[in-house]
Amino acid sequence: MNRQAQAAVLFLLGASLLHAATTDLYLRYVKQGLRPLVLVSGAVLIAAAVATVWYERQRTRAQKQREADQDVRHDADQDSGRDAHTHAGADAHAHTHREPRVSWLLVLPLFALILVAPPALGSYSATRTGTALQEPLAYPSLPAADPLRLSVVDYAGRAVYDHGRTLHDRRVQLTGFLALDRDGTPYLVRMALNCCAADAQPVKVALTGRIPPVLQPDTWLQITGTYTPRRAKDPVNGGPIPFIEVTEAKPVAEPTDPYDESWNN
Amino acid sequence: MAITKTVPQRTDDRSDPASSVEAEGRHLNSPLLLTMLMLVLVLLQSPIRRALAAPVMQSWTTVFVAVMVQALPFLVLGVLLSAAIAVFVPPSFFARALPSRPALAVPVASAAGAVLPGCECASVPVAGALVRRGVTPAAALAFLLSAPAINPIVLTATAVAFPGDPEMVLARLVASLLVACAMGWLWLRLGRTDWLKPPSHPSHDGQSRGEAFWGSVRHDVMHAGGFLVVGAMAAATLKAVAPESWLRTAAENPVLAVLALAILAVVLSICSEADAFVAASLSQFSLTARLTFLVVGPMIDLKLFAMQAGTFGRAFALRFAPATFALAVLVSVLTGAVIL
Repeated sequence: MNRQAQAAVLFLLGASLLHAATTDLYLRYVKQGLRPLVLVSGAVLIAAAVATVWYERQRTRAQKQREADQDVRHDADQDSGRDAHTHAGADAHAHTHREPRVSWLLVLPLFALILVAPPALGSYSATRTGTALQEPLAYPSLPAADPLRLSVVDYAGRAVYDHGRTLHDRRVQLTGFLALDRDGTPYLVRMALNCCAADAQPVKVALTGRIPPVLQPDTWLQITGTYTPRRAKDPVNGGPIPFIEVTEAKPVAEPTDPYDESWNN
Repeated sequence: MAITKTVPQRTDDRSDPASSVEAEGRHLNSPLLLTMLMLVLVLLQSPIRRALAAPVMQSWTTVFVAVMVQALPFLVLGVLLSAAIAVFVPPSFFARALPSRPALAVPVASAAGAVLPGCECASVPVAGALVRRGVTPAAALAFLLSAPAINPIVLTATAVAFPGDPEMVLARLVASLLVACAMGWLWLRLGRTDWLKPPSHPSHDGQSRGEAFWGSVRHDVMHAGGFLVVGAMAAATLKAVAPESWLRTAAENPVLAVLALAILAVVLSICSEADAFVAASLSQFSLTARLTFLVVGPMIDLKLFAMQAGTFGRAFALRFAPATFALAVLVSVLTGAVIL
């Protein structure tokens, strides 16, 4: 890959990072807190591309100048033929220093980010990975709203480790996507994320009660329901999965940030 | 479009037609090739999208893109730092800052790792720049190993992830420092300079500082970035394909548990700022096994191996990686036995 092609790849890479960070696309892959870093690195990559083109042009111009000088001298002096030859040799040497073939692989993330833009992790990863529910540090008192909006992680933590003490007689509203176990048990899932999607782990709440008749994995649902002490064990890692008694389930659009980032705080 | 326009100019500019023809015959014309490749990918995008619609492929692509988007900012940070070291810091600075005896320089460099805030992607180019700047390889390697594991961001994340076990932070710090120093000293005894790839950077003589700086940034991003892609692909494959259920059986045997998490740390290639949270969620494993996960991960994983092979050469990486792995597992078990 010569410098011109490298500049193009650097520019496209920077531009696609900027594109991901200025839209909400980046939230499918990394945590919100990384946004400034992604923006800065996109800008630096574009600057590197511009600098590469700029210095390359300057070099060609200087080289042309040198050749022009030599041509003038060549007319005057026979000896300079040797001189011009060595210059050309040195220049050819500088151009043969190329980046390794592995640089071509940088086209792949470009393509994946610009043209494919894969969706956030969904039910496939959720059913393959065990629930990552951890005991919360505290159970802050809940507002008096009805229905009470809770995150899947918050509900599961309170239901399993606090035995639903703060949830009795409350109508709760959870938002997550649907995943079906191998034996057909429906779960409402939210992937919890610490840094990027590579470390995302599911937190699952099993559904019981008035479950919608048609269950399509990966649909985002807003569930309204009440606490039930029923529990299940995750078939993958044996982790605890609380249940929720569904009274209403309606499909909703995927939220801007599909991941739960509450563990980051 | 700009890419294709520049092509005829360049060939015209060539002073020697013979050398230009020879070069083009060997390498094709890379801007043209790049344009063609992008065009073909755009034209084929709907069949490619269809192929990627299967759940396995979808989650593979998501994890692959996620690792790249997450690692690139840190790679760029490391590359800027490494270019600054290469261009603005005179070699005499390191001669003064580090003890002249290599055996003493190793622990100092390990401890200095605490000041590089970031994950392991940043430390590889910086360590490469240190070697090129005349720092003894043993010290640079100790820095390479310790920096991603003992910086304040990573230690804070560890404390947050293990609220019930604060000794985990201490154990991670101690074990990582020990492994970094031990690897540095091991390199002093057994290491041979000819395993290291000679610096592939073009010399910066006769260039302005700006040109040298941006040249170094461009070179490092293209180089380390390419290897990062290899590592990201490997990590995505394992995350999307390998089943998690075998971990359950491994957790029951204490020896197997340590080995399983050590290998998991290598294949998952998680950023060192996030690995503590993953370790915390592997609650069916013993604390010592999870400590091993935290010590091995930042020092050697698939992504790092690919990047080390790119920066220091394959002969080096093939010897360095297994030694680091074995030592990291051993030290983690010992530290776990004492502290945890």
